[in-house]
Amino acid sequence: MWGRTADGQQVTLADLRINEHAIILAFGSGRSETTRLASLGFTPGTEVDMTQNYGHGPLIVTVRGTRVALGRGEAAKILVERNKE
Amino acid sequence: MNDCHTTTVATRPFFIRQNMPLIALAGQPNVGKSTLFNLLTGLNQHVGNWPGKTVERRDGTCSVDGHQYGVVDLPGTYSLTANSPEEIIAREFVLREEPDVVVAVVNAANLERSLYLVAELIALPSPLVVALNMMDVATQEGIHVEPEVLQAALGVPVVPMTATRSTGARELICVVQETLDAHSAGAPHLPEIRADHRQVLAEIAQHIAGHVPQPYPAAWVALKLLEGDVEITRTMKTALSPDKWEAAHAVLRQHDDALLAIASGRYEWIGRMVRAAVVQPKIGQVSLTKQLDEWAAHPFWGLVILAGILGLVFWLTFTVGSPVQNWLATRIVGGLSNLAGQLLENTTFWLKGLIVNGVLGGAGAVITFVPIMVIFFAAFGLLEDLGYMARAAYVMDNLMHLMGLHGKSFLPLFLGFGCNVPAIMGTRVIDSKQSRLLTTLIAPLVPCTARMAVVAFLAPAFFGPRALIVSWGLVLFSLMILVLSGSVLNKVIFKGQRSAFIMEMPLYHLPNTRTIGVLVWQRSLSFLKKAGTNILAMSVVIWALSVLPGGDLNHSYLVQFGKFIEPVGRWMGFDWRLTVALITSFPAKENAIATLGVIFGNSPNAGLVQTLTSTFSTATGLSFLVTTMLFIPCMATVAVIRQETNSWGWTLLNIALFLVISITAGAGVYHLALAIGL
Repeated sequence: MWGRTADGQQVTLADLRINEHAIILAFGSGRSETTRLASLGFTPGTEVDMTQNYGHGPLIVTVRGTRVALGRGEAAKILVERNKE
Repeated sequence: MNDCHTTTVATRPFFIRQNMPLIALAGQPNVGKSTLFNLLTGLNQHVGNWPGKTVERRDGTCSVDGHQYGVVDLPGTYSLTANSPEEIIAREFVLREEPDVVVAVVNAANLERSLYLVAELIALPSPLVVALNMMDVATQEGIHVEPEVLQAALGVPVVPMTATRSTGARELICVVQETLDAHSAGAPHLPEIRADHRQVLAEIAQHIAGHVPQPYPAAWVALKLLEGDVEITRTMKTALSPDKWEAAHAVLRQHDDALLAIASGRYEWIGRMVRAAVVQPKIGQVSLTKQLDEWAAHPFWGLVILAGILGLVFWLTFTVGSPVQNWLATRIVGGLSNLAGQLLENTTFWLKGLIVNGVLGGAGAVITFVPIMVIFFAAFGLLEDLGYMARAAYVMDNLMHLMGLHGKSFLPLFLGFGCNVPAIMGTRVIDSKQSRLLTTLIAPLVPCTARMAVVAFLAPAFFGPRALIVSWGLVLFSLMILVLSGSVLNKVIFKGQRSAFIMEMPLYHLPNTRTIGVLVWQRSLSFLKKAGTNILAMSVVIWALSVLPGGDLNHSYLVQFGKFIEPVGRWMGFDWRLTVALITSFPAKENAIATLGVIFGNSPNAGLVQTLTSTFSTATGLSFLVTTMLFIPCMATVAVIRQETNSWGWTLLNIALFLVISITAGAGVYHLALAIGL
């Protein structure tokens, strides 16, 4: 997952590297988890920045100006599109 | 704050019919809501639980310009959808108790996120006032918010303030009073569902029209059904006739993605508010937090920093706290014991014994731990208010996964080093019920200050210069057992289930002394209450067992019982004396030493150490230390486990678990120690 560099591809949030941006596309998480994520600012079409991701363990993303820690499993269920820059 | 001094102490659970207007404080976590509540009500606040729930409820009163107000602090929630007990409590309170004004606290430095709750609250019937808090942080970060523009855009009053600097609270209450005087909710601008789902919403509204139970507004119920709200779905299922429900449910099933359309609609509305009211959008102003997090949230350095901070907290707690505790134990409690002994010299023997050994020796000894706890709680509160604890939870996430838990469970466990009682209460931060239960079951394996005091006394007796290494070894051993029991319990009872780790990482900010002070005060007070009730009662019972029937210990029920179960004690190398000492550690851990003192007829300060060294082998001493560390949680902890789990089953399981763990570990260590010739 570290080798791909092409822009505009669909990956999961867990695949983003530090300082990469992406647009949220869809949630593969259950209903209550999705509601919790939505109340923290995660909705389709929203931009997210990867703030910290060491490739293992939890990660930190910035969404709507808030830093949110997510478990890797949770992040892997969020489908995003890498931003072209 | 001078203008808002408290004149009545709130002791009643509800203010509703008390002839004063009721203000409900609502807000997301990390917006300074508690700071504002403390500012408004001062120390005269009442802390309890919401009826039937283990969610903390705080209320108080405040008075400004001769007007008095009741203030209820609603639980901090990100939204009002039934995801957690907190969210249900917040919205049921607003709908059912109909507070005269709801004050929504928002973070001026992060309006976009914190207006989400406002988007939900504004759709409810109670008049709303927005407290635009943390204006100072917004200014620091170069964000310029115009309160009057936000007010015009929202259609509800907006009051700028900085609760940590005590500014704006008086203005807030004045605006609340104006809202009360106006007797009208004004004309708030409500968010709308995203355009592609409006038709569906109208359909749902038609299906349920005329069947919505009080006090829910029909339009709100339609929205919540579409959002997939579990509670409202259940309510409407019983309120509607089966075929009507079937019809509505069929529509809902087709649109189970609607919750994102609703959330998006709210963020669209928020976007309009923010574009209007925020002049300079922030650009990379979170640099301090970013820089600190490169270290504090780093997978390796984060753990090193956490270990350093933990070490510092313990060092501070014990170097500052222990002398004070010793002073209290010898001068105050000891002095009182001597005084009571002299005063009661000529009364009956049982009265003197009851006061000196039962009350002062039991509950009095427990109270001497308050200074240690105050220091620990202050350090914990400081780290919490600084924003660091979220980082600690984050870096511990991997380790907690071994037990099927996630990072948030680390926070109550950390608190457990001070005292297990607030640790069990602290499990409330964990959002899944199962993780919470598991954390509750294993939390007493964290060695608390009282157990460390026993170790600090006994380790030098058996290990001399190596006492410090042995003490650290015992702490590490306890934590290893904690991880081991956690993983086993998770596999056996909870079938390896795991809950989602989703946690806001607040920005670091300067701590507020008032917030920390109130926290320390409340935690210490609840501990003192326990010492004054449960622990006191149990100390008296244990004392009574130690003198009945004949009046001397050696023929008492307690010793008879100790001798009866001595065979079990033998597994760990104990004689009946150590067995009795272990049993008496149940009311309070440090009783173990006091009991040995009584049995050997020495005061703990004088020759007890020498007596113990010459009486017991090192192997026995080590196994006694291990067993005491892992023995049944103290009485206060058991009581709070019962209260928080609301189940005798789990409480008894916990006791059984700790009996098995402590006896197994004690016996294992004893035989191992014998084998290597200790």
